[in-house]
Amino acid sequence: MTHTTHTAPPPGPPAKTDGIRRRAGRRNHVPPHRSWRQHPLRRLTPWLFLLVPLALLITFTYVPVGNMIYYSFTDWDGVSPDRSFVGGDNYRELVTRPELFRVFAVSLYYLAASAVQIAAALYFATLLSFDLRLRNLFKGILFFPYLINGVAIGFVFLYFFQDGGTLDSVLSLFGAGGGHAWLGDPRSANTSLAGVSVWRFTGLNFVLFLGAIQSIPGEQYEAAELDGASRWQQFRHLIVPGIRPVIGLSVILAISGSLSVFEIPYIMTGGATGTQTFVIQTVKLAFQFNKTGLASACAVVLLLIILAVTWIQRRLLPDEKVDLV
Amino acid sequence: MGKKSLSAALLTTTAMLAAAGCGGGGTPGGDETAAAPLNPKSVSGTIKVLTNRTDLVQDGTLKRYAAEFNKKYPKVKVEFEGITDYEGEVKIRMNTDKYGDVLLIPGAVAKGDYPKFFAPLGDTGSMKDEYRFTDKTDVGGRTYGIATFGTADGLVYNKALWKKAGITKWPASPQEFLTDLKAVGDRTGATPYYTNFKDGWPLSSPWTNSIGSVSCDSRASDALADTDAPWGQGTDLNVIDTLLYDVVHDGLSEKDPTTTNWESSKTLLAKGKISSMLLGSWAITQMRDAAKKAGRNPDDIGFMPFPVQKGGKFCATLVSDYQQAVNIHSGHKQAARAWIDWFTQKSGYSATEGAVSALRAAPMPATLKEFTDNDVTMVERSEADTAEVNAIDNAAEIGLYKPDYRQKLVDLARGAQKGSLKDYFTDLNKRWAEAEQTAGS
Repeated sequence: MTHTTHTAPPPGPPAKTDGIRRRAGRRNHVPPHRSWRQHPLRRLTPWLFLLVPLALLITFTYVPVGNMIYYSFTDWDGVSPDRSFVGGDNYRELVTRPELFRVFAVSLYYLAASAVQIAAALYFATLLSFDLRLRNLFKGILFFPYLINGVAIGFVFLYFFQDGGTLDSVLSLFGAGGGHAWLGDPRSANTSLAGVSVWRFTGLNFVLFLGAIQSIPGEQYEAAELDGASRWQQFRHLIVPGIRPVIGLSVILAISGSLSVFEIPYIMTGGATGTQTFVIQTVKLAFQFNKTGLASACAVVLLLIILAVTWIQRRLLPDEKVDLV
Repeated sequence: MGKKSLSAALLTTTAMLAAAGCGGGGTPGGDETAAAPLNPKSVSGTIKVLTNRTDLVQDGTLKRYAAEFNKKYPKVKVEFEGITDYEGEVKIRMNTDKYGDVLLIPGAVAKGDYPKFFAPLGDTGSMKDEYRFTDKTDVGGRTYGIATFGTADGLVYNKALWKKAGITKWPASPQEFLTDLKAVGDRTGATPYYTNFKDGWPLSSPWTNSIGSVSCDSRASDALADTDAPWGQGTDLNVIDTLLYDVVHDGLSEKDPTTTNWESSKTLLAKGKISSMLLGSWAITQMRDAAKKAGRNPDDIGFMPFPVQKGGKFCATLVSDYQQAVNIHSGHKQAARAWIDWFTQKSGYSATEGAVSALRAAPMPATLKEFTDNDVTMVERSEADTAEVNAIDNAAEIGLYKPDYRQKLVDLARGAQKGSLKDYFTDLNKRWAEAEQTAGS
């Protein structure tokens, strides 16, 4: 906060010093800096700057969330101008219908996939943090999938997994074209979809890790090398402890991400063949069966589950202060 | 300190918003009928027409209709808004007052809510003699919408392909249909039936619309409101879903249903790579276009009724497509009504589309020539109890007009999910019966 306010007061540097000097000349007993600091307008400046982002945040995040929480206590069907308040009925229905939570089993596929994803990202980030030929090209290649729109990825991979599609033709080059229906049964479909999500999100984790690794001072590697540490030992005792907070963040994102998977399965299978996730189920309750109230309650419950999981995780694995130096 | 006051401010705002979230509501008092003007020259204003036919907006067809319309009503300006995701978007817009002057009634709007959204068009008693499908929008004796067109239920098939396989007669029972499909598959190498599993909708409405084709009963769909076993032995849904199960189970459908594509399936059928699909008569025109584009003979595309006979005759349900209605908040109700009347009676839209006109007096379209020639009984589906049926259907979360439950049926049939058809029907019956208890009252 203090950091922003230092740079905050307009206008540009020369004019500013002029202004302060002139004012300082008038009441010569106060040091120039203090006077502007105590000025009431000065406390307002950060708020003026925050006005636009806050307005956007409130309009597009807090108002809808507030509305959603309100809907979860009504029996609204999503269209009708009338809705009646039903208290906790929607939540009661959720608790008495355990089959609505069975879809979380699908999340296990994505959870397993995110473990693979973090491992792969960590591997590539470590590799590319060392001096390597064409490393910027590889960085680009690895990060590129994350830049593509999720809907486009869904369509691309639909053709990829099609009968006789890209995957089948590549496999048949190696003589392994079995004509397997990749999205044909629940196990294979969920594995394939989770694979797509690994492909998409590895780039993001990779960039986070790479940034953290590069912030480790170079002298430490030199010192480690002088002490005769191998690459693995450098990774184990220097890099991993150095980027621990980022790994922790990635794990939290991975867990909350796998609980709320939506885009890729919704576009590719629409939740058919046992690929339905909790969010797809919620969307169907709201927009197919017109149970907006119940669906809002589902969304609130999902939010609470994610908050709870994150809280437990923070309790079990508290963030240690990184202290390399 | 600054941090604290910020979070406090946020908390207060959130709490306030949560409390204030209960906006909306309130019904306008517009009870007046949207009547057509007596003198066409007197009515004026700009009306906005919402449509799902973005293709007709883009290629200027609708503009040409509007120009024709202006010859009779010179002072009315008609604007069109084509919406790709019609259902999803209009449903949300209907939370405000601004959802056009003329619109197609979205499926999500509960029938009982029609009087809150749309201006009545007249008494059903007098309108039903002139128009088909009025009971679909009849609430309390008044009609709220007029169908753009209707379609007959049936199978689109490649006639040349079936002839090549040596089949010239329509199959008259599900068993015959399966035998014929097998023969087509064996003798021509084509995919006998294409489910369009991935796109979903070809599994939902075409199959559910066949309720009534099986029993030849116009009230078969209404009867769902008072049964606790819609999938019981011998019922329409039992026959329909068993047929779909058998087609897939016997390997007569596409190899990998999870990656199907509707647009390309049209060309595949036209080229004879696919032999049949259960759709509606609306699809015939599109298939013939696809045949023309693929350099094939459009007359190869045939249309046959659902493979069941009742008393030695085929039946086909006639169902209404989208219905046009007038926004109750519209400032130009007369002009809006004039457009609907002109569009239904004078535009020739349904004939161009090869669909059944909403006017009783209009002849059957050329696309249904095979049906009229072969004396297929057209059963206009009664919609008297649709509201109750939909309420039960939604409460049970089955979705007769949604793909999910038939996608599961196909998965069971091809062994992708474990379970038997009998158990599935028992489960569906149970869910329906339970929902009937809660939603029916």
